[in-house]
Amino acid sequence: MIPELGNFSLILAFSLSILLGVFPMIGASRQNQLWMGLARPLTAGVFVFLSISLAILAYSFVTDDFSVQFVANHSNSMLPLRYKLTAVWGGHEGSFLFWTWMLGGWMLAVAIFSKSMPTEFVARVLSIMGLICVGYTLFMLATSNPFDRALPLSPADGADLNAALQDFAFIVHPPSLYMGYVGFSVVFAFAIAALISGRLDAAWARWCRPWANAAWAILTLGLSLGSWWAYYELGWGGWWAWDPVENPPLITWLLGAAMIHSLAATEKRGVFKSWTVLLAIMAFASSLLGTFITRSGLLTSVHAFASDPTRGVYILGFLGLIIGGSLLLYAIRAPILKSEFGFGGWSREVFLLANNLILVVASAAILLGTLYPMVYQAVTGGDLISVGPPYFNTIFLPLMGILVLLLGIGPVARWKKTSKAYLFKQLSKVAIAAVVVGVALPVMLTLGVPVTTIIVTVLACWILFSLLRDIQSKIANKPDVWSGLKSLPVSYWGMQLAHFGFVMIMTGGCLTSIYSVERSVLLSPGESAELGRYTFVFEGTEDVQGPNFIADEASIQVLRDGEYLRHLYPQKQLYTASNTPATHMGIDGRFFRDLFVTLGDARNQGAWSMTLYIKPFVRWVWIGSIFVAFGGILAVTDKRYRRFKVRQVQRAAPVTNTSAQPVVEG
Amino acid sequence: MKNLKLYIPVFAFLILAVFMWRGLYMDSRTLPSTLIDRELPEFELRTLSEGDQLVSNADLPDEPFILNIWGSYCLPCLQENPIFMSAREQGLVPIVGVNYKDRDNLARDWLDINGNPFSMNIVDDTGRYGIDLGVYGAPETFIVDADGVIRYKHIGTINYQAWQDEIMPVVRELQSAHAAQSAVTTGQSS
Repeated sequence: MIPELGNFSLILAFSLSILLGVFPMIGASRQNQLWMGLARPLTAGVFVFLSISLAILAYSFVTDDFSVQFVANHSNSMLPLRYKLTAVWGGHEGSFLFWTWMLGGWMLAVAIFSKSMPTEFVARVLSIMGLICVGYTLFMLATSNPFDRALPLSPADGADLNAALQDFAFIVHPPSLYMGYVGFSVVFAFAIAALISGRLDAAWARWCRPWANAAWAILTLGLSLGSWWAYYELGWGGWWAWDPVENPPLITWLLGAAMIHSLAATEKRGVFKSWTVLLAIMAFASSLLGTFITRSGLLTSVHAFASDPTRGVYILGFLGLIIGGSLLLYAIRAPILKSEFGFGGWSREVFLLANNLILVVASAAILLGTLYPMVYQAVTGGDLISVGPPYFNTIFLPLMGILVLLLGIGPVARWKKTSKAYLFKQLSKVAIAAVVVGVALPVMLTLGVPVTTIIVTVLACWILFSLLRDIQSKIANKPDVWSGLKSLPVSYWGMQLAHFGFVMIMTGGCLTSIYSVERSVLLSPGESAELGRYTFVFEGTEDVQGPNFIADEASIQVLRDGEYLRHLYPQKQLYTASNTPATHMGIDGRFFRDLFVTLGDARNQGAWSMTLYIKPFVRWVWIGSIFVAFGGILAVTDKRYRRFKVRQVQRAAPVTNTSAQPVVEG
Repeated sequence: MKNLKLYIPVFAFLILAVFMWRGLYMDSRTLPSTLIDRELPEFELRTLSEGDQLVSNADLPDEPFILNIWGSYCLPCLQENPIFMSAREQGLVPIVGVNYKDRDNLARDWLDINGNPFSMNIVDDTGRYGIDLGVYGAPETFIVDADGVIRYKHIGTINYQAWQDEIMPVVRELQSAHAAQSAVTTGQSS
């Protein structure tokens, strides 16, 4: 009976979402305070009932209720408790419920942290999110209900969760990815509310920015956790594969990055308004598109998520309604969103615009590469074809190179207009230093330096030096360095940290793909193999008993230049519950390089095959993403967004009457 | 309509949506028309067994066989493996592997861990042969008749049901056609 309560609760959440999608919206346009006031309580209701649903699904997993189809397919009575709980999002239906619950969470957050916004605006935002929630809950109820029963013939035991998903990173990767993904619906709702009301001013941008930054920062974490999981769990030593399932979040990430930059210009200078709105719609559209691609079976017939054309039709209909509708609204209403000020040719606005163009072109290229096989087949009726990493690398890397080049100038440039002489004065020494150090560093450290390495190091130095130069010139007129550093706003530090992290990702990614080496060897106990400066001595294996697996653990002594460095213990595991094998990598992770050993299999007389990898700089990719995400979060905490509350209270009254006019920030 | 360019996004989206709608109804799991009843594209490639010896179409089985595109990175391939293993143990049909965009050492490890159902394994590490075959990604499975002509293609994982209901009926039909034909040729020659 318990799972039926979950289903019932889901239906209630659906019904409340309909109310939320209708009444506050109508109330806002008719100035009906009562109907607008419904927005917050209804949001709370939706969240509560979604939470009950999710809790009941988790309860069904914990109590091994295999009469629930979804539980039977994704769990097993032998599965450890923590994986029973994470199995909730280990399959299509449950992950969708989890996703919708996240949406409810964001809605609740908007309802709570929106005290400073006009009631009318909050009502519209929550109402739009309520409509999105209607779509999601209806989708579950109609096509993929996690509470579907397998009665009367329910299985005695479940099919077990995929062994590769029984892992710590899988506990944290989907929640952060979904949370970031769904967070873009907040910004989308803000954008649509702005289009409906016609109010898009600096205040709007300031309400919007923390949400955009938070969603984007969390998405950054989710993406890098996924990449980290692939790196150490799948054991192929890679961290990004341009897979059709990986690409959509990256597209959203790129569009989100473009959006937060454009939002900055909208807030500070009142420009790019309609562009910002369009980016907000596109970022959300790309997140829906990602859902469509991974859930409909359009491109993932070769991947793990169960697919079903009826789901595809439903999501496509939803997509058409929401995205088609909002783009149409955009086309009709965008002319009222006029920029308030102009700007000159070398201003920061221009650099932000260039940043936006590059990011949008990059995401369009990735979208094209991802969808091309499908479009090609639709047009020619011919073969399915495959678009591989060479395409993505050829397009993506040069674009990112140009982006990094501009990234050195943008933050230094001033709003409105910047004289060329000023830029030259600020950056000429930086450029020279970047070229000198960028060439000298790889030449001194390595032999036989490829041109690509020099390009990468020069660009990295360029950013690092221009960033330091910018900080230096910002604090130049302060009495001492410390008080100068303290006077810089938190959001400035967030920006610089994120920029630094981004360059670190790019540098690490490029260098690791240039300098990684690997070697497969067959070693008997006592034998050793050389790779680069390192010697790997195989000392034999022993049997190890894990909580739910048995394993052979190899003991490998690593020497650098003949001196003892450490031991690595890669394992070959067998999960006893599901009888599936898995490998556990031996990783020595250092700032400048990873040593990575995967254990192959036993041959005769205690000999084992294994693969040794040296992967320089690979850690920079994840350290960089942490900086990017932390920078984004830091920007959210800026005092500016809280200080505004006081001023807004005074202003809220006149705004309601002039809602069709953009209010110029005074 | 002076702001016509503002309608560009909505039109672009509509076009995309039409493609996606068509994409949904394209049955990507059956053989694309261009390859059906054509001969298997020619190849000359290494195998996973040690040594640099190259194999070509001539080395393929001269009876109906299954050609499976796989890789050690591919989780669904892991689900297919037990089905292929039991097919091999029962001697139902020879299965030729194409190790697609993989690394030799990882592929060998994978076979050692999970069992090797393949009578031979062609190495397509660059994915060139995959392009000739129109492979979208692992796993994909072709059924080839005794004359080296492709008769069926399955995209995605083969589960037990697909094996029973789709793959084996085609294989049996080809096998009985082959048996009849070889009976005729032996009859003629004797």
